Amino acid sequence: MKLYCLSGHPTLPCNILKFKSTTIMLDCGLDMTSALNFLPLPLVQSPRLCNLPGWSLKDGNAFLDKELKECSGHVFVDSVPEFCLPETELIDLSTVDVILISNYHCMMALPYITEHTGFTGTVYATEPTVQIGRLLMEELVNFIERVPKAQSASLWKNKDIQRLLPSPLKDAVEVSTWRRCYTMQEVNSALSKIQLVGYSQKIELFGVVQVTPLSSGYALGSSNWIIQSHYEKVSYVSGSSLLTTHPQPMDQASLKNSDVLVLTGLTQIPTANPDGMVGEFCSNLALTIRNGGNVLVPCYPSGVIYDLLECLYQYIDSAGLSSVPFYFISPVANSSLEFSQIFAEWLCHNKQSKVYLPEPPFPHAELIQTNKLKHYPSIHGDFSNDFRQPCVVFTGHPSLRFGDVVHFMELWGKSSLNTVIFTEPDFSYLEALAPYQPLAMKCIYCPIDTRLNFIQVSKLLKEVQPLHVVCPEQYTQPPPAQSHRMDLMIDCQPPPMSYRRAEVLALPFKRRYEKIEIMPELADSLVPMEIKPGISLATVSAVLHTKDNKHVLQPPPRPAQPASGKKRKRMSDDVPDCKVLKPLLSGSIPVEQFVQSLEKHGFSDIKVEDTAKGHIVLLQEAETLIQIEEDSTHIICDNDEMLRVRLRDLVLKFLQKF
Amino acid sequence: MDSLVLGNHCWLPDCLLQPLLTLREQTLGLGTQADRKLPAPTPGHLQQNQPLPVFPNPLCQSRGSTDAECQRNENPGLIMDPECSRLLPAFCSVLVDPRQAVADDTCLEKLLDWFKTVTEAGSSLLLLQENPCLVDLLSHVLDLKPQDVSPRVLSFSLRLAGMFAAQEDCFEYLQQGQLLLGLFGEAGPLSWAVWSVPTVRSGWIQGLKSLAQHPGGLHFLGDSGAVDALFSLQGDSSLFVASAASQLLVHVLALSMQDKAEGSPSLKGSAWPACAQKIVAHVEASLCSTTALQITQALNVLTTTFGRCHSPWTEVLWGQLSPLVAHLLDSEPVPATHSLVDLLLSVARSPVFASADCTLWETIARMLSCLSPMQTGPLALGTLKLQHCPQALRSQAFGVLLQPLACILRATAQAPGPPGLLDETTQGCSMTVDTLLSSKSACVGLLCQTLAHLEELQPLPQHPLPWPQTLLVEAVVIILRLCDGSAAPSSSEGCRLCGTLAGCIRVQRAALGFLGTLTLGTSSWELVPQVFAILLETLKSPASSPTVLKKAFQAVLHWLLDSPTPPGCSDLGPHTPLFLRELFPVLQKHLCSPCWEVRDSALEFLTHLSMCWGGEANFREVLLASDVPKLAWQLLRDPESYVRASAVTAMGQLSSQGLQAASDSPGHPEVQQGLVGELLHILSVDSEGFPRRAVTRVFTEWLRNSHADVVQDTEWFVATVLQMVSRDLDWEVRAQGLELVQVFLAQTLGQPNPSCPYAVALPKVTPPSPLPEVLRTLCQMQIFDFAFRALFDCDRPVAQKACDLLLFLRNKSAPCSGLQEAGDSSDVASVEATLERWQVGEQGQPLGSLEPEVVLAALRSMDLEGLQSRLAESSDHVEKSPQSLLQDVLATVALLEENVADCY
Repeated sequence: MKLYCLSGHPTLPCNILKFKSTTIMLDCGLDMTSALNFLPLPLVQSPRLCNLPGWSLKDGNAFLDKELKECSGHVFVDSVPEFCLPETELIDLSTVDVILISNYHCMMALPYITEHTGFTGTVYATEPTVQIGRLLMEELVNFIERVPKAQSASLWKNKDIQRLLPSPLKDAVEVSTWRRCYTMQEVNSALSKIQLVGYSQKIELFGVVQVTPLSSGYALGSSNWIIQSHYEKVSYVSGSSLLTTHPQPMDQASLKNSDVLVLTGLTQIPTANPDGMVGEFCSNLALTIRNGGNVLVPCYPSGVIYDLLECLYQYIDSAGLSSVPFYFISPVANSSLEFSQIFAEWLCHNKQSKVYLPEPPFPHAELIQTNKLKHYPSIHGDFSNDFRQPCVVFTGHPSLRFGDVVHFMELWGKSSLNTVIFTEPDFSYLEALAPYQPLAMKCIYCPIDTRLNFIQVSKLLKEVQPLHVVCPEQYTQPPPAQSHRMDLMIDCQPPPMSYRRAEVLALPFKRRYEKIEIMPELADSLVPMEIKPGISLATVSAVLHTKDNKHVLQPPPRPAQPASGKKRKRMSDDVPDCKVLKPLLSGSIPVEQFVQSLEKHGFSDIKVEDTAKGHIVLLQEAETLIQIEEDSTHIICDNDEMLRVRLRDLVLKFLQKF
Repeated sequence: MDSLVLGNHCWLPDCLLQPLLTLREQTLGLGTQADRKLPAPTPGHLQQNQPLPVFPNPLCQSRGSTDAECQRNENPGLIMDPECSRLLPAFCSVLVDPRQAVADDTCLEKLLDWFKTVTEAGSSLLLLQENPCLVDLLSHVLDLKPQDVSPRVLSFSLRLAGMFAAQEDCFEYLQQGQLLLGLFGEAGPLSWAVWSVPTVRSGWIQGLKSLAQHPGGLHFLGDSGAVDALFSLQGDSSLFVASAASQLLVHVLALSMQDKAEGSPSLKGSAWPACAQKIVAHVEASLCSTTALQITQALNVLTTTFGRCHSPWTEVLWGQLSPLVAHLLDSEPVPATHSLVDLLLSVARSPVFASADCTLWETIARMLSCLSPMQTGPLALGTLKLQHCPQALRSQAFGVLLQPLACILRATAQAPGPPGLLDETTQGCSMTVDTLLSSKSACVGLLCQTLAHLEELQPLPQHPLPWPQTLLVEAVVIILRLCDGSAAPSSSEGCRLCGTLAGCIRVQRAALGFLGTLTLGTSSWELVPQVFAILLETLKSPASSPTVLKKAFQAVLHWLLDSPTPPGCSDLGPHTPLFLRELFPVLQKHLCSPCWEVRDSALEFLTHLSMCWGGEANFREVLLASDVPKLAWQLLRDPESYVRASAVTAMGQLSSQGLQAASDSPGHPEVQQGLVGELLHILSVDSEGFPRRAVTRVFTEWLRNSHADVVQDTEWFVATVLQMVSRDLDWEVRAQGLELVQVFLAQTLGQPNPSCPYAVALPKVTPPSPLPEVLRTLCQMQIFDFAFRALFDCDRPVAQKACDLLLFLRNKSAPCSGLQEAGDSSDVASVEATLERWQVGEQGQPLGSLEPEVVLAALRSMDLEGLQSRLAESSDHVEKSPQSLLQDVLATVALLEENVADCY
């Protein structure tokens, strides 16, 4: 069993598990932090960004000035943003049989895999994962395609040139593999390969492995996966949460008794308590609005935004903010808000029960009804007519490199009355803000990440007790910035096996058993003998038939024989081609007693040697050697058949026959 | 003044005597028996149909009752009056009737209390002779068949018998009939099946305890075998019984030694009375036992003994037993450590050991060094609290207390404290480190205990000197840093501590609590910046829980208000203005928190801070430059009532000191004028009591301090507030309204008298106006209307306050002879008629416009003093009367009988 690690990002995993004869890809997350190296794509012509000076080398060489621009003391690539794909060279991706998706954030690289690697398998995911994943992809494509950029920069990627560039471009990894965003056509094609599954549904893969999605409690339709054969069980835990937010709670019980537990997608901010962060979010939002400023919340169109809107729904009246407009701007805003209300079966119990009242499960429906929350596909069109300040705007993309958020950063950045509140933990907020400096607006960082923290992980591992834990290397040591926080790492026994990008792990357990079926007529013919209380044995002579990873023992073919019509009397009648049956032996030979027995029978000068597998009894005079091992005993003597038979009989006295 | 004694059994406390002696004859009666049975109104319960008699009671007069009778009636709980004597036989026969169960044993408990007061006041023997049914009750209980014995009644009887037998003559009287031996002897309840009920065992012990007051009782105990029974009861499954048995043993020991020890303090143990020897021998045997339970029992007996008895014989006892106690420390593990600590401290506190008793100090020192840090904490604290204790031991104990903090400092590689201190604590430090690192719960428990002990020790006069202020502040700061994850220790122990304590709210709270008290004493101002820094971080951190924030606010207050300033530095010190500038944005954030507890704590903090520093220029400047006043103003409309109440208090305080939001603030340009209006709005419409109470308190303060908004038109202000308050459903609001009137009257009419609680030096805003004019104004303001209504308020405190107020007005108007006779008699009669109707709950009818003369006449005709004294009685005085209790028991039985009849 092997694990191929194609992504180094712990929360955007992409791993391949080779298990029995199947090749299973676990998630295909897309690392979009590479976009931070690019200049933002403004929706409206920005004189500031247009007139940035080109960057030149220290010696004044300016051949890169078309590709690289200097902005606020940093150097950015002036091109369409590109993303860092999972490894494509480590394993032939066309051999992947299935892809299991755990949540909508972990499928953003799917079109790159399904459309460009010769992949011919099936993708499994839950319905909300697919629908919301589609929205995220649609939004991403829309953000990038609506601001076409003629230029594509590639010179800087040359290894010799990259060395000369300032950080962080100098340190960017695998830049040659960075790719532009996919198209809507590719998205549609990739999504068409997905087969929808429900929680606890058992999916047979080639009759050899069964995979099952379990609720992971992190997002709508988010799953952990169980991959099991008859005798082995692998659990894949990715993006799980034990907090009570909107999704169905995490199913922990089904993870018990795993041989291997692959653990990814823990919280990116282990020291931040989501409750405290939501409080911080609300307080800062209210403070800004009361001072007459606007609040900008760069966010994804689904996920935490539902919880934030719910908190605000409860909070705005108490804070006297009822009259402040909330705007949600995304090409998929409408679909996201509506989808969330129809996935009742994927919601927590509390929200599910509302559906039967009937009431919309999320209170944002009421916010929309009362005109407190308005949503628009973009800043163009209706929005510009309705726009009223001070206001709160939720819009993407959290990287601040594309999407409507770029416009608001340019618009509001100069006033200290305004505030940008970062709630998504995926991007470093300081790096995201780099091309907007100097910035007068206030910046608040309150990342809300509901995924498991290390305390919860340690409780979970105690509860489910896997034999082995496999996780990204980042989880096996404290975060670099807090090297003394020994509590911010996975602590379990045996210590977890860690992986990094482009590494292949041999998972530490061997297949020992295989399930074989016995045909009824063959089973009928067996005559078990009890050799110990509770243990019976029978010899089987049969033909092993293997097809579609299923093994069946069938009765051996009969030689052509005239049909007698007589009733079978003895087993041997049925197996006429068998030779005379020798008795089978069982038991073990106690060496000391055996030596005593030899001595009693006149052998002397006996020497016993221990070997790795058993013992060797040496009869020096007779120049004879008796090799006793766990499952065989050999008597080696030169042409003295009499002696051999004598010794054989002595050996047989210690064994049972049947 | 001495108590007034009526007959044999009447006893009256001084506080009740005064009003009684000054009462006029016609106002004495409390009403009929039926009236007395009615429960008095209690706050919060509307009982309109149960008036308190204010006017003369014709019934009491027409009977021609004597003073004495009326006085008896006034204090029914303290005497055996004829009515009780009449009820007693029936009551006793109910108790011994197996067919009639007494359902409510709280009645029995109350009756026992009553018997206790009765027996303490007079002769029990006389009581028994006058009420033979009581002796009958006791003997009947003994005659019952085992299955008919009710545990409750048996327990009651045992305790009652003990109470009677406390007096020697009565004891002998009861002994004559072998009654006591029957009840407490080995053939009595001890051997009955009902003994398995804990109530019975408890009653037996309590009865014996009451009985054991004289030598006769003591002999009885020795002869009846009760002491042996007590030994076994020490291990009773009921903790109450076990504890009572221990206490009784101590009582018996002390009693038996009472006379012996007086004359010869050096009396040897072998010459002690037999009973005492028996108990001591038992304790000795228990101390040598191998079971922890028995050792604990012995230690508990000794702890109580040394805690209660300070006669010289206890010193002899300690001399005899201390080797055994010290020997316990040789065991591994040391048994019953908690009890052992209690005993040693109890012995050390006993004045008998004031002179240095070396063995005791040695034992304590040994214990401090051999027990685990968690166990030694209480012993160390107790030792440090002792008045007389060798310096070396104090140092050792203090070292033990400081150990965990020293370990933390060492593990996090902080600079060591004062020279020598850490060296002293090195001993046993490895054990502390092991505890700290062993598990999260052990670490948290030890730190919380240590911090709490040091917090307790800090303000005591006997706290150790030198007090390592710098070390402690540094240790607390580093603990707080470990909790919020900002500490970055380099050692592996430090890293493990960091992992253990990160996010631990309990330790954070304990540390902040201690940090708050660390401002006391000789703190050095150099520490202030680092304390301010950690407090700011805690307040800023989104991870801080509401309770932690509250503690942090309290600590900030302490450090702001009490922190030392460098010599030569004026007012706030160099760090404070800077700190305040950073503090206010945080405060603003918390005022907007979605968590109401946080908003509430922030407002309380603001109130306290501005109360103390409202006059400081630096503070005013920073506050007014921030949005805090505006935010506090907005919180007057908060959905949470507690927050609204705190906002009212905060705004009231800010306004008193001219610190409202600047008038040009957006949204609320009329803040200055509007605050009174806003508060009146809250008072009139808020559905919750807390904000309305806060408003009335603020208004009272404003009036008292002559707030600018109030001074403009005080009469209008008071009248408007009263109009709203008089209809309020919350009694506290109404009571506060009366307080407002009191302040107003004090300002217009002058101070009531020097002994009045309102006699604080108030600025004389206006010289008192001529009385008739003032009274007329008061009438126009409808103050009398309000006060009269309040007088009949169903909530006692309101009525009490109104009564005080009207008395004050009557006294003030006494010299106003011009008004005295001018009242029109028909008007007065009409007012009195209305008031009488109000009294019986018909308050719908208005009083109409009043003339001062009429009001005065009505005031004079009322028995306000009588009412005042009746209101001063507790609200349940009627229910607690023994007659009522006896009647209750009988009534319950009657009811049960009816039910039985119904069944047929």
